[in-house]
Amino acid sequence: MPNEPLISRYTPTAIALHWLVAFGILGAFSLGLYMQDLPISPAKLKMYSYHKWAGVTIFLLVLVRLAWRATHPPPPAPETLPAWQRRVAQAAHHLLYALLVAIPVSGWLMSSAKGFQTVWFGVLPLPDLLAKDKALGELLALVHRSLNFSMAALVCLHVGAALKHHFFDRYPVLARMLPQYFKRPGS
Amino acid sequence: MLAILFCLVAAGAGAAELGPVLTDRSKLGFVSRQMGVPVDGEFRRFAATMRFDPAKPESGRAAIEIDMASVDAGAAETNEEVTGKNWFNVKQFPKATFTSSAVKALGSNRFEVAGKLTIRDKTRDVVAPFTVTQQGNFTVFEGALTIRRADFGIGQGVWADFDTVANDVQIRFRLVAAGNK
Repeated sequence: MPNEPLISRYTPTAIALHWLVAFGILGAFSLGLYMQDLPISPAKLKMYSYHKWAGVTIFLLVLVRLAWRATHPPPPAPETLPAWQRRVAQAAHHLLYALLVAIPVSGWLMSSAKGFQTVWFGVLPLPDLLAKDKALGELLALVHRSLNFSMAALVCLHVGAALKHHFFDRYPVLARMLPQYFKRPGS
Repeated sequence: MLAILFCLVAAGAGAAELGPVLTDRSKLGFVSRQMGVPVDGEFRRFAATMRFDPAKPESGRAAIEIDMASVDAGAAETNEEVTGKNWFNVKQFPKATFTSSAVKALGSNRFEVAGKLTIRDKTRDVVAPFTVTQQGNFTVFEGALTIRRADFGIGQGVWADFDTVANDVQIRFRLVAAGNK
């Protein structure tokens, strides 16, 4: 092991989980946005299944992330960051976690209410927690959609803040979440 | 009038005539598999006439006529699709029919009906096991059979592959007739 690192980083496991979930939600979000207005076709049915499989996978990864975070506290925000920014960052992170749980759950419930069970990779059926109910299905679709757009806005803030701190403020927050490979020379 | 006639015939023959099948108490459903996921559907309008005597099951008869446009395949856009050309093509083939040819007992209250099922322009021989139970003044026939949609030309063009919608479709029926034996 090298000497004391200059910055306190996230653990490699936390970093791996962060990026897996990040690319997972980017893919599932884009697919979800694209597939909904397609006319019905075998391709559309496949996309819905892939979207649901991705959602279940992301949900499980998020549970692992939460368990990991609970047992491996994240590095504290740099002292040099203004206090209000640290508070906002923490609130945004908590909200992101809340949405990471709420979005797949809302999708799962919507699926049940619409009368289409979620079967993970076409093999493992998830229990239907709700009975088929058209009106409830429509409502949950709206909830799923709204939560997703909230997530999209929050991710923009999250990414924007990370890039701003990295390139303009030179606060070492992004580097804490990048694999060691990306470490700046000399750090 | 027809019912009275049926009753007279029944009384005359001493056979077990049933009243008409009560479609509002009956259900003609099906389960398709889409991407490995079972999806419930049903036909909301159909007419059935039946004759059945548990003591003489071989004299049983059933004729069912299904209004294919009354399909509910689970979602509005699916209904629009399945009534269309590639699936039921209800404009050209508005009705599906089942006509029994033989009924036999399998023991206790279990029986088996064989007959001809016509969907679209295809007719196939099918066999369906069923049970008969008395529930108050009603006789309830319940059973299921699995058909292959390709046998009837259901799901053509882009849907002809079975990788999204499986070939096997289970039909489930619960037919309730007034009157008991």
